[in-house]
Amino acid sequence: MAVTARPRQAIAIIGALGLALTATACGSDDDNSGNNAGSAECSAYEKYQGNDGKKVSIYASIRDAEADLLEQSWEQFVDCTGIEIDYEGSGEFEAQLQVRVDGGNAPDIAFIPQPGLLARFAEAGKLKPASADTKTMAEQNYSPDWLKYSTVGGQFYGAPLGSNVKSFVWYSPKTFKEKGWEVPTTWEQLVALSDKVAADGTKPWCVGIESGDATGWPATDWIEEFMLRTQTPEVYDQWTTHGIPFNDPKVAEAVNLAGTILKNEKYVNGGFGGVKSIATTSFQEAGTPILQNKCAMHRQGSFYANQWPEGTKVAEDGDIFAFYFPTREGSQGKPVLGGGEFTVAFADRPEVQAVQTYLASGEYANSRAKLGNWASANNKLDVANVANPIDRLSVEIFQDKTTVFRFDGSDLMPGAVGAGTFWKQMIEWINGKDTTAVLNSIESSWPK
Amino acid sequence: MNFDFADESPKLVMLLYGLVAFVVVVGGLLLLLDAVPAWFARRREAQLVAASASGAPIPRSRTKPREGLFAVFFLLPAVLLLLIGLVVPAIRTTVLSFMDGGSDNWVGLRNYGWLFSQDEIVRVLTNTLVWVFLVPLIATTIGLLYAVLVDKARMEALAKSLIFMPMAISFVGASIIWKFVYAYRGDGQEQIGLLNQIVVSLGGEPKQWLLESPLNTLLLIVIMVWIQAGFAMVVLSAAIKAIPADIVEAARLDGVNPWQMFWQVTLPSIRPALIVVVVTISIATLKVFDIVRTSTNGNFDTNVIANEMYNQAFRYGQAGQGSAMAVFLFILVIPIVIYQIRNLRQQREG
Repeated sequence: MAVTARPRQAIAIIGALGLALTATACGSDDDNSGNNAGSAECSAYEKYQGNDGKKVSIYASIRDAEADLLEQSWEQFVDCTGIEIDYEGSGEFEAQLQVRVDGGNAPDIAFIPQPGLLARFAEAGKLKPASADTKTMAEQNYSPDWLKYSTVGGQFYGAPLGSNVKSFVWYSPKTFKEKGWEVPTTWEQLVALSDKVAADGTKPWCVGIESGDATGWPATDWIEEFMLRTQTPEVYDQWTTHGIPFNDPKVAEAVNLAGTILKNEKYVNGGFGGVKSIATTSFQEAGTPILQNKCAMHRQGSFYANQWPEGTKVAEDGDIFAFYFPTREGSQGKPVLGGGEFTVAFADRPEVQAVQTYLASGEYANSRAKLGNWASANNKLDVANVANPIDRLSVEIFQDKTTVFRFDGSDLMPGAVGAGTFWKQMIEWINGKDTTAVLNSIESSWPK
Repeated sequence: MNFDFADESPKLVMLLYGLVAFVVVVGGLLLLLDAVPAWFARRREAQLVAASASGAPIPRSRTKPREGLFAVFFLLPAVLLLLIGLVVPAIRTTVLSFMDGGSDNWVGLRNYGWLFSQDEIVRVLTNTLVWVFLVPLIATTIGLLYAVLVDKARMEALAKSLIFMPMAISFVGASIIWKFVYAYRGDGQEQIGLLNQIVVSLGGEPKQWLLESPLNTLLLIVIMVWIQAGFAMVVLSAAIKAIPADIVEAARLDGVNPWQMFWQVTLPSIRPALIVVVVTISIATLKVFDIVRTSTNGNFDTNVIANEMYNQAFRYGQAGQGSAMAVFLFILVIPIVIYQIRNLRQQREG
């Protein structure tokens, strides 16, 4: 196989190409050192300075447009401190993080959205405890409810970052007004509204739990909502930590109540088919029939705001908005189910700790919120900086004193259950398997 | 969509780097494969010229060790890569399969006991068996029939490239295409799936194809067959073309009909190629992962070993159980590999 008749010439050309490549690669890197360090707008970053030219790598599941916003949000910090942040987002974050850590290639910082996974790394001794500065910053800015999710064995590992509210029901304010439907504030009103919509000839609910290799997770959210509405928050905590068995009658009660909506052929599944179509409808698509009046309601977190087609006005008086998923009579407080990610570190170099502390600060929360599409439970976050009405509603709920916040239960459970059998058995449940069999099966898979 | 080059320039520069690096690495490799043998050849030539000029006998004996060196030069990277990529991980996986989920404590054979006690795992194993039985059989049969029928036909090249093309699509890509074929919308809605559209236009009710076991496993097998039949066809077609013309001629003179020609001439002549195809597809099928992961992620009773292995090891943090499945899969592949090696050796001797 003769690639070229004159190998020596070709070697020279390729060698020159290679040299040029390395030369340009070296040339482009040294731009953003901390030469702005002395300026006025950098005064807020004084305590993070002294790490000029150091590099910190961050790994998370946030990609594309959201990742661009993320990198924009710490631009000023990078300018003022000279710490270089090397961000990488991955769609297979949960599995790949394990691979990278096992392979000795752990990132300096990871944003872990599952406390269960966080605890696994902490218990394996892979995570570094947060520095005293980070801890103080986190305690000032977040409620103890939030900090306990990143505390393992009494050791605090890192502050929360972004947060979302899951207890939302999306609806069309326009359609509700036209048809004379009213936003329900209690469970009884919600059921009455569902019956009324069904009687009008529309399926009241749209549901979809297909999500690629994570299929099933939206259904676990439903069960968690009902655990919070049928039981006390303490029972919810026992459930997520296996203090009560998964097949406890209290869990069965919640699952069966969820079934009165999810497994009701009269209520679901607007725009897609029967109950079983829930299993094959992607959660991204699931809510969109609301815009065509094929269904009235879709229960999904604040992040669903991004799923509406371009040009849809998301506002209280617009095409689409969300109301708080109502509580039942006699429920305790105002339970809110939610999620979020935590900034944890696999290295304890000073620059890594500086970044970790900065991300827990109010300055960071406001700087990120101003860029849009983001909410946080950081109590230094000024609602005025949150542009999107749904994010504003989320922040208001987080800052409301009557809110009883609980983290997404499946994210708290061990991976084998929370990202495994719980998801899978919910799919079976939607497809007709009965509640007892489903719960027994999940219980038997809980790692011993 | 507005696309701003200035905004995207860092990514474009990265892309450029990637392309240049690709050219450098691949070009370098090709060059190496080209220049090094050429260099050896030139040296040998110079030696021969020098030897013949001086009238001395050609140093024949010295070529042997050179050739050995040459072989080592080419074998070394392959052996090294095999060691790093296959042998070491295989040993490590086997070790891990005797440890717990976090790879901290020894648990003996517990993971293997678990493997065969789970209802769901039994399901996984039977599904894998169905795959391994059906895919090589159907894919090879289709490939063979096609190769025979299209042989010496008009537009042979076009017909062959049509069936070979799916080979060029990745498993994930193919699965996504077929997922659309199987897509479902409720009765009365506009169907976006080809299969349901056909059913509806024939007056039937749309079905959720990927939901109904065991039909769904068969539908996933269709994807694999779609990809592999092209491979079978290409190899078998080449084998058919390699049958010596005089044998075919002799059979014709003896007055065989096409049926007899196929069973008594074509099939025995291409037997070695047939075995290679079946074995290769069997191994590929045992390892099937992408199709199941992309289409159903093993839900609705379609799970197979490779998918569950990945879930256990990387998603659920049960490295021990995942490793046990990997070892089991490895053991299942071994007999096929041994058969293949024996077969090759027999061919060489015979």
